[in-house]
Amino acid sequence: MSHSALDSSPAAAGSQTVPETAGPLPENVPAPKARKARRSFLPYGLILPAAVLEILIHIGPMLLGIWIAFISLTQLNLTNWLNAPFVGLQNFVNGLNPESTIGQAFFSTVGRTLIYTVTVVGLSWILGMAGAVFLSSNFKGRALLRTFFLVPYALPAYVGTIAWAFMFNQRDGAVNQILVDTFHLFGEERPFWLLGSNSFGAMIVVNVWQLWPFAFLMLMAALQNVPTDVYEAAAIDGASLWQQFRTITLPMVRPANGVLLMVMSLWTFNQFNIPFVLFGASSPKDATLVSPLIYQNSFGSWNFGLGGAMSVLLLIALFIASVFYIRMVLPKGADND
Amino acid sequence: MIETRNFRILRNVVLTLLSLWVAVPLYVVVSTSLKPLKDVAGLFQWIPREITASPYFEIWTTVPLAKYFQNSLVITVCATICSVTVAVLAAYSIARLEFKGKRAFSLTVLSTQMFPGILFLLPLYLIFTQIRNLTGVQLQGSYLGLIITYMTFTLPFAIWMLSGYFASIPKELEEASMIDGTGRLGALFRVILPVAKPGIIAVAVYSFISAWGEVLFASVLTNEATKTLSLGLKSYASESDVFWNQLMAASVVVSLPVLIGFILVQKHLVAGLSAGAVK
Amino acid sequence: MKNPLKVLTALAATATLALGLTACGGTSQATSDTITYWASDQGNSLDDTAAKLKPSLERFTKETGVKVQLEVISWTDLYNRILTAVTSGDGPDVLNIGNTWAVTLQETGAFEPVEGALLEAVGGKDRFLQTSWSTGGAEGKTPTSVPLYGLAYNMYYNTKMFKAAGIEKPPVTWDEFVADAKKLTKDTNGDGKTDQWGFTAAGASVSANSHQAFVRGLQNGGTLFDKDGKPTFDSAPQVAGVKQFIDLMATEKVMSPSDAEISQGSQKIDNLINGKAAMLFDQSPLKNFDARGFKDWGVAPVPMMQAGATGDAGTQSHVAGINLSVFKNSKNKDNAIKLAGWLTSDAEQVALNKAFRSLPVVTGASSDAAFQTEEVKSKRDALANHALPMPLVAKEGQMETLTGTAIKNLFAKAATGTVSEADIKAALEDANNQMAAAQ
Repeated sequence: MSHSALDSSPAAAGSQTVPETAGPLPENVPAPKARKARRSFLPYGLILPAAVLEILIHIGPMLLGIWIAFISLTQLNLTNWLNAPFVGLQNFVNGLNPESTIGQAFFSTVGRTLIYTVTVVGLSWILGMAGAVFLSSNFKGRALLRTFFLVPYALPAYVGTIAWAFMFNQRDGAVNQILVDTFHLFGEERPFWLLGSNSFGAMIVVNVWQLWPFAFLMLMAALQNVPTDVYEAAAIDGASLWQQFRTITLPMVRPANGVLLMVMSLWTFNQFNIPFVLFGASSPKDATLVSPLIYQNSFGSWNFGLGGAMSVLLLIALFIASVFYIRMVLPKGADND
Repeated sequence: MIETRNFRILRNVVLTLLSLWVAVPLYVVVSTSLKPLKDVAGLFQWIPREITASPYFEIWTTVPLAKYFQNSLVITVCATICSVTVAVLAAYSIARLEFKGKRAFSLTVLSTQMFPGILFLLPLYLIFTQIRNLTGVQLQGSYLGLIITYMTFTLPFAIWMLSGYFASIPKELEEASMIDGTGRLGALFRVILPVAKPGIIAVAVYSFISAWGEVLFASVLTNEATKTLSLGLKSYASESDVFWNQLMAASVVVSLPVLIGFILVQKHLVAGLSAGAVK
Repeated sequence: MKNPLKVLTALAATATLALGLTACGGTSQATSDTITYWASDQGNSLDDTAAKLKPSLERFTKETGVKVQLEVISWTDLYNRILTAVTSGDGPDVLNIGNTWAVTLQETGAFEPVEGALLEAVGGKDRFLQTSWSTGGAEGKTPTSVPLYGLAYNMYYNTKMFKAAGIEKPPVTWDEFVADAKKLTKDTNGDGKTDQWGFTAAGASVSANSHQAFVRGLQNGGTLFDKDGKPTFDSAPQVAGVKQFIDLMATEKVMSPSDAEISQGSQKIDNLINGKAAMLFDQSPLKNFDARGFKDWGVAPVPMMQAGATGDAGTQSHVAGINLSVFKNSKNKDNAIKLAGWLTSDAEQVALNKAFRSLPVVTGASSDAAFQTEEVKSKRDALANHALPMPLVAKEGQMETLTGTAIKNLFAKAATGTVSEADIKAALEDANNQMAAAQ
């Protein structure tokens, strides 16, 4: 199990203090002792560059970000931010009070972002799975299609989004050109895809278009390990396609799903680029996600404490959700390492 | 699955729909990039009335695209190489060696994926400012700052994928080599790396794609001299005018290097992932 | 506080202090005869702007021996770039700012106050158009920016469409404007759908919407802030003003629902050029007219509630334009100040404003032959006699975002359904609450 390397069970973690080969060695022989010392340093030496970078770029800024949630950082003191006044929980009170307009907006945005995440990840997984299952069989042009399906993932995110923004244009866009002019849907009214409640759906379409190839890639890789004779045996037993899918394919990709779904959910929940390119700095009310809201409440208003407070709350929520998820889902795959 | 007739019909239907879904936006981009600006303004034409390559020439003068291209190439290639190197070392340590704090390190690295990028945009900038003030090392507006930022962003996923891959390589391989007298590191470089080539390619592709398309941090950490390609695309749509055809042409140009690289290595990519990340 | 982070920051602060002097000497790349200048994008593209600025800067180098390293920054990036420069203290020597940002940026303390040598270099405040000068900073404080380019809203119209509809002169009052717009709204090809509209606007442009909230409010006797600085976005006259603007699409139906999606000013100008709409309010569409070779345009003042209105009720535009600031941290302040003086000199004001189709902000340049066209005169009249600066408050940016977004959402609602007065009131109330909470 691959991810077990990162998430080894608590029992294994507890026994890791003793180097694996230390036990049987005679204690008074000098040479192995030196070897032992070197070996105990080696693992740390190897992770050192990664650790330094993580501290500098991820952990350090995150701690500073948390700190910012407790100070009053505005345009008045941004040049001298080290001396910005400590205000305790004031930012949390201002920004997250469910009675206030800002607080209400925050909590409804979190709910909307959750729905968004579940929808996008779910659709991406279904499309990815469909592509993976059918491209696992042998036929002419298979390699070509496989490459082609991965193109949206390889495109820079900005390119994919701007293409969709161009297509979703109400008056001149390709989407209404097909739906209204060619198929005469929606009567004669050209719907607006980037305004009002439709904008939420439009954003989901763009995100799924960009994300599904990733699910496709990972699931297809997982299906490479399914031997064909298992299917043959099932077919001889009279299992239908759906039964084969349920009893053979699905269990085979379960370990891959564990981390795939988590990573995709985190990326989607924190989505910023797509709404920013589609709608600019202020999204329609029905399509405001958490990251753009935080952006608006920190960079838009030069009140970084407020945005910081929102971020911290989210971070806590995501952390709890992830820990819960790792406990619930990942250990299942972790025991056969 | 077993190829019954129903399976084949279903397969053709599903794959056709998926292909259309992928193809339509790509067609819109490419066809728009070949139209004169006046034809772009009105209702979208599926079949261009007039085809012209001139947007592909104009893009180089509307914004200094060649310079952005060079910047992106330097930053992305450096970030990818560094990221892969650092990830290989850390992943090997996690996959093969036992040490105190391993689980904590692994979980911390993976959990960085949950930070909203927006949370540490300003803090990162403030830290870079402090580093400059203290040491004189210029990280804002320089290649270096963006390189270490991008390589760190891709590290968690890269370490996770590679440690999975390394763990799947039989221990006997390197044990044999270590008995021959090579140390741990020797074994890593002589035995593991060649075997792990598909996994490393998969990680490199992932790092490259992530860095090539990033815009949020690039918009704050670069200046005119170090601006990246993805960021430069925005310049075709200014407040005073939107050059849709040039924007699309530039999009094609920006995407081509990634696509070509992707097509070249995608065979290894699937093999790498299937042996490593998803097993 | 025993917070480790606090200790760490304190340590860092001490170290910064200790290293301050060496850092100052060490990191500066600018040599004594080169300064950096961040210019906003005033032309048709970044390249175009740079090309139009070059001659002026070359003359400056010839005159003073000071080289200028020019960087033209797009409007989408400029604000964030300034924000980061202010934060790090590592910015250009001289820079352009949108004049509505002046008070916000003044509060950061990052810009050189316009007094002493700088005030002397620009020749004193009396050389300038007073409305433009008033945008330099908060009232009662020393300004931290000087005007560079002047702009103001005018009404531009398609003369061919006016002629076809039998309209002989442009409307003066709002009622006339709406009536004319109705005449101009029609179905030209007989397919039962309106394809020519009386008016067009960028309904999704947050800043353009906020300008209209400001102007329409004033014309109806409202203000965005009361005397004590409390936001009054939802006062009766403000609601009435915003309603007039929204009604152009919602009830008068003289504005295409598609306009609710337009976020860039150039798209509405295209509507005028392509004959899809007959009238628009804009600050400087001429460079787009030029670029498309469009000649059938006319210009008139933005309509007011009553003909000949004066004072607040006679407002047609905010005092639009671009200001120039000198960075306080500049290692080369003497030369930076020289450049500020140079760009605001009479001769360069003529050259630059001619190139960018904007208004000179110094009275000495206005008499030049280039600025005697009807279009420029109309713009100058609006700027000098019918314009007030956007509220000079520190949270100006947020005010624009909140009011502009409220109107953007109302247009979206109008495009997809109906908008009642209660909807408008509720949207502005919401924006008002957020503004009050943020202050």
